[in-house]
Amino acid sequence: MSDTHAQTVAFVRDTEIPSAPPPYAATGPVKWMRENLFATPANAVLTLLALYAIYLILAPTLPWILNGVWSANSLAECREILQGATGACFAVLTERWPQLLFGFKYPSDLYWRPTLAFVLLFVAVAPVLFFDLPRKLLIFTGLFPFIAYYLIWGGTIFVPILALVGCIGGFAVYQRFVTGSFAAGFFGGIAAALAIWYIGGLLIPAGASNNAMLTPVPSRDLGGFMLNMMLGVTCVSLSIPIGIALALGRQSSMPLIKVVCVVFIEFIRGVPLITLLFVASVMLSYFFPPESSVDLFLRVVIMITMFSAAYIAEVIRGGLAALPKGQYEAADSLGLDYPQAMRLIILPQALKISIPGIVNVAVGLFKDTTLVSVISMFDLVGMIRGPILASTEWNGVYWELLGFAALLFFVVCYGISQYSQWLERRLATDHR
Amino acid sequence: MKKSVILGALTVAGLSAGAAAAGTLDDVKARGKLNCGVTTGLVGFAAPDANGEWKGFDVAVCRAIAAAVLNDPTAVEFVPTTGKTRFTALASGEIDVLARNTTWTFSRDVDLKFTFVGVNYYDGQGFMVPKALGVSSAKDLDGATVCIQTGTTTELNLADFFRANNINYEPVPIETNAEAQQQYLAGACDVYTTDASGLAATRATFEAPGDHVLLPEIISKEPLGPLVRHGDDEWGDVVRWTLNALITAEELGVTSANVNEMAANTGNPEVARLLGTEGTLGEMLGLDAEWSKRAIAAGGNYGEVFAKNIGEETPIGLARGLNAQWTDGGLIYSPPFR
Repeated sequence: MSDTHAQTVAFVRDTEIPSAPPPYAATGPVKWMRENLFATPANAVLTLLALYAIYLILAPTLPWILNGVWSANSLAECREILQGATGACFAVLTERWPQLLFGFKYPSDLYWRPTLAFVLLFVAVAPVLFFDLPRKLLIFTGLFPFIAYYLIWGGTIFVPILALVGCIGGFAVYQRFVTGSFAAGFFGGIAAALAIWYIGGLLIPAGASNNAMLTPVPSRDLGGFMLNMMLGVTCVSLSIPIGIALALGRQSSMPLIKVVCVVFIEFIRGVPLITLLFVASVMLSYFFPPESSVDLFLRVVIMITMFSAAYIAEVIRGGLAALPKGQYEAADSLGLDYPQAMRLIILPQALKISIPGIVNVAVGLFKDTTLVSVISMFDLVGMIRGPILASTEWNGVYWELLGFAALLFFVVCYGISQYSQWLERRLATDHR
Repeated sequence: MKKSVILGALTVAGLSAGAAAAGTLDDVKARGKLNCGVTTGLVGFAAPDANGEWKGFDVAVCRAIAAAVLNDPTAVEFVPTTGKTRFTALASGEIDVLARNTTWTFSRDVDLKFTFVGVNYYDGQGFMVPKALGVSSAKDLDGATVCIQTGTTTELNLADFFRANNINYEPVPIETNAEAQQQYLAGACDVYTTDASGLAATRATFEAPGDHVLLPEIISKEPLGPLVRHGDDEWGDVVRWTLNALITAEELGVTSANVNEMAANTGNPEVARLLGTEGTLGEMLGLDAEWSKRAIAAGGNYGEVFAKNIGEETPIGLARGLNAQWTDGGLIYSPPFR
């Protein structure tokens, strides 16, 4: 080592200078704001305008919400408590809470039954929505409709059991014959189920419902948000398989099936939902004698299901059309027959493409269930517009009630849309 | 073959529907419940309370009929109907009687084939203005802006009234009563016009009801009453005379409180006939002798029902006006029980 070198070493730092903090304007919230809110003069103006708009909205609403009255027996009492100050009268929500959720006629000591069914609903749909869960849970999903029916409507337990036995019988016949011909299996299965239901219906003793373990509740007594949930869940879950069948039928090479499907879809899509609901509630009662009409809830479910099935069919047809022809030919060249090709190759891809469209229809359908209020069924909106606003205590409370309804619907619809986005990411197999 | 089966089924269905319509009174007795059509909710007239129990002026008619026919004022299945479904519900037999503030008009009576059995409320189109406007008669409303529901008869009545009085107005079209309240309170119109009972109910919900007045002019006739299907006069008689029993009870001073006492010892032969201690009026109707006693005991006489649901003591605060007994200068009048 030379001295020269040793001398120079004295000027070499052997420790790192501690890093200075970045300039104030290039870090933290200031930087974020400069980059995102005030990047250009135009941006700055827009930011200020947006802030002002938010202020304009919040200035009256925040005191209104925070100052809200939560316990009072009538609107007049609310006003007395507020003494002229701004404030919402949320007392209507607390007082009529069970009515908003369950309608005004569902027996109050039986509220636990729909609540339990609602909780079980999550257990039942979980394996359908999330594929990572153990497949054995699907058994519960299959049983859920019957359990939910029994819980909500009550009555004799033979009815849901008979329905279940009919479904199992029909499925067994289908399995037995479908290897020979699809049509034989399909129609044989339906015939077997109908036969079991008919014979079983004769076996159930009359009046079995009267001393059943769960008190029977007629459909007319259902109401509130429960009714929206029931209609939404039932109709969406029924209309997806029917929609798939219609979409496939519309592409069928068999003229009869094709014509039937096209006419059905085009007719239903050409008619407003509210017209179908009026037919369900008004016209059909002309055709049945007064005592033996089909349950109104069932009529409405059939109409809404038909309506959304037609829309879902068109969405899925779009998915089918988006598949390259090579996929169909590949399926044929593997020697797969039609059901196999559809089940293993075509539908998984077509349905994946159709997810946003299907979810769109499902969200729309769920909101459309409020239309039943015009045929005097007391869903959430029907409860608000009818009994609650017409009571002498609460006449005149609009914002609180309708805001609450909007909030409930928003939570459910936003949940559905978040799930569909997750599903799209999960199923994304293409290279982006 | 298939066609004939369908036609046959339709015929059977039609026949059984016809058979069911032939004896509504027997049907109701056999069923043990009266199916009564009401509104889905109208302040004071029909609405379920917090316990889900129906209350109101129209509801009281249903309860009185049930008490008369079935001896139980709670044996009523209330079928809520909208303005659109009410007539089909009645025509199809889903309900036995419609008590849903329905205006008695020619075409409903004749063309739709219903029988209006009477009038339980004489309504009419009125005007509400802010007190600050300083108007005391609708004829002073020259140049006023008027909130009016579109597509209703009130719109036509309004145009007629202003034209007949040779004054001008500016309509502010609105869709629903809720919208009208907001518009009127916001000052978008000087006047709000609809049925007088609706105006009173609306005013009752205001923060300061005293700042608004209902003008004395009533510019249309809206007789509201219960109705039944054409072609079953026995049932129509039961409903008609139940309503008349309530009206006559008020006229004769029979109330829900003193009905038993009056029945036991009355010197008035008309009271005795009404309450079934004399004569066989109940039997003629196909009911027992005490039918009207039960109907009156159920919710009180006409005056009691009125006072309890829509009268001046209630928040709605309707005066009797046209709905006073004929002896007090009103139009409420029942044919004699004889």
